[in-house]
Amino acid sequence: MSNAALSILIIDENRIRASIIESGLREAGHTRVTVIHDVNEVARTIEASSPDVVVVDLENPQRDMLEHFFSLSRAIQRPIAMFVDRSDGAMIEKAVEAGVSAYVVDGLKKERVKSILDMAISRFNAFSRLTRELEQARSELEDRRILDQAKGILMKTRGLSEADAYALLRSTAMNQNRRMVDIAQSLVTAASLLGP
Amino acid sequence: MSTTQLTAGFLPLLDSILLVLAREKGFAEDEGLDLTLFRETSWANIRDRAALGHFDIAQMLAPMPLASSLGLTPLATPMIAPIVLGLGNNAITVSGALWQAMAGQGAPGNLDPTPTGAALAKVVKASPRKLRFGVVHQTSSHNYELRYWLSASGIMPDRDIEIVVLPPPLLPDALGSGGIDGYCVGEPWNSVGVATRGGHIATVKALIWQSSPDKVLGMREAWADAHPDLVASAIRAVYRAGLWCADPANHPEAAAIMSGAAYLNQPPAIVGRALTGMLDIGNGVLQQVPGYYIPHASAANFPWKSHALWYYSQMVRWGEVTASESHAAIAAACFRPDLYRQALAPLAAPLPLADFKTDGEHARTHNILAENGPLSMGPDRFFDGAIFDPEALDRYIASQLAQR
Repeated sequence: MSNAALSILIIDENRIRASIIESGLREAGHTRVTVIHDVNEVARTIEASSPDVVVVDLENPQRDMLEHFFSLSRAIQRPIAMFVDRSDGAMIEKAVEAGVSAYVVDGLKKERVKSILDMAISRFNAFSRLTRELEQARSELEDRRILDQAKGILMKTRGLSEADAYALLRSTAMNQNRRMVDIAQSLVTAASLLGP
Repeated sequence: MSTTQLTAGFLPLLDSILLVLAREKGFAEDEGLDLTLFRETSWANIRDRAALGHFDIAQMLAPMPLASSLGLTPLATPMIAPIVLGLGNNAITVSGALWQAMAGQGAPGNLDPTPTGAALAKVVKASPRKLRFGVVHQTSSHNYELRYWLSASGIMPDRDIEIVVLPPPLLPDALGSGGIDGYCVGEPWNSVGVATRGGHIATVKALIWQSSPDKVLGMREAWADAHPDLVASAIRAVYRAGLWCADPANHPEAAAIMSGAAYLNQPPAIVGRALTGMLDIGNGVLQQVPGYYIPHASAANFPWKSHALWYYSQMVRWGEVTASESHAAIAAACFRPDLYRQALAPLAAPLPLADFKTDGEHARTHNILAENGPLSMGPDRFFDGAIFDPEALDRYIASQLAQR
């Protein structure tokens, strides 16, 4: 497959995300994929591997440096265009929304690059979904820990059963129109202020 | 009062202060704007997200709307700048080692760009390797200022040294680790380099070209055309923020706000240096720099079309764009004094009558013709004595190309 001949450079300080993209590209039949995490290596790596496509995440503050490097390359007769194609507004919008941007050597067939960027975008989206879910799971765990602590305090100080302590927290939350975890948090804070 | 959502991108630099104050001190709210600020990590992101409409408005490098309108950048959207976010604010900081070498060649240690540049030229000549300097973006005032200073000092930037691009907050670290020998950046990153990395401020923008513009409020031309009221409100909010920021009595509060984690995340004492112009230039030597950063005085916010043309002349000089009448016209059209005047008319603010001015002729404060004036202007000399007359743009460009 001719796609396999394209050399692709992924620049991402986030190792997990970079490896997710890399594996996606390899699954799609691209064998010449280089990943770098250390931005200080950018210039040297580009020079050494002269990639056809560079995929970079927008959180990377080195985008300015990359573009500078590309413009120098342009000066030495290695024309490089940025993004996929200036005229493809929807694609660019999708890419930036997902937090990814691609830099492409001029003259490359647009359709071939598009599939690479499409893949990168979907991987970026999948990664941020994963991160969001992890974050949510983490905060749910934290919420439960605070609820348990608050229940414990009520059980100890008011002599309530676990079920009654839970019911008290819930009715207080409903009366005050606040989240249960917020009520629990204030109880835990108050208890820590009042001492053992 | 109901407010309209307005999103603005900015980079962690002191001259984002007028946007920050517009929000934090309620100037935007007074104008009916719910101004939301997004801190970005690179100028490329600011440019692209502004072009895509993720940001309505953004802090931009003054040459950035030009580069976008001239088609030099990826998304190449026509951009305009109807108000300037202040004058000055940049400096050139060098490593302790380079400073030692420069001092050995006669750098006086008083920021004077002429003898300091001459000393650097001697060091560059004697150095066994190319010195490397950092700037923040290719089409940045910093790149052009550094190159201007070097060239006028007898150093050819593209031959004698190397210029690399790094984001502002990373420059002090790069200097400290020896990755670069010096850099040109806005505050607080020079003061941070001095305070934490043994850097030495060699010279400042305010002495290379007095009262010169640096950041602007940039936006898509099509968006501005579609939302004239929002543009006018934003101009007034920024203008009033500048007025507030210019009052020395407000400097401590302004520094405290900017030092916050959401903005610069640096100690107020360091952040405040640019506001007062009292710089620690290295080894504890304090120097007062008049007009280091000018948020309001000297028509600091007025988008002179001649200033746009000066940046255009530098783009031509360094081979980024070819000289042509149509390119010059596109560049001049990016700065919009007409929108500035319209927006500020209700405030009875002093408004220059002209769109263009000559820079380099005034060594002292002087008055210019203005509505609700007169308007007092600060000195505007280039350190090498050159004069930029927008009427003689071609001659100016030719003389600079000859220097290359």
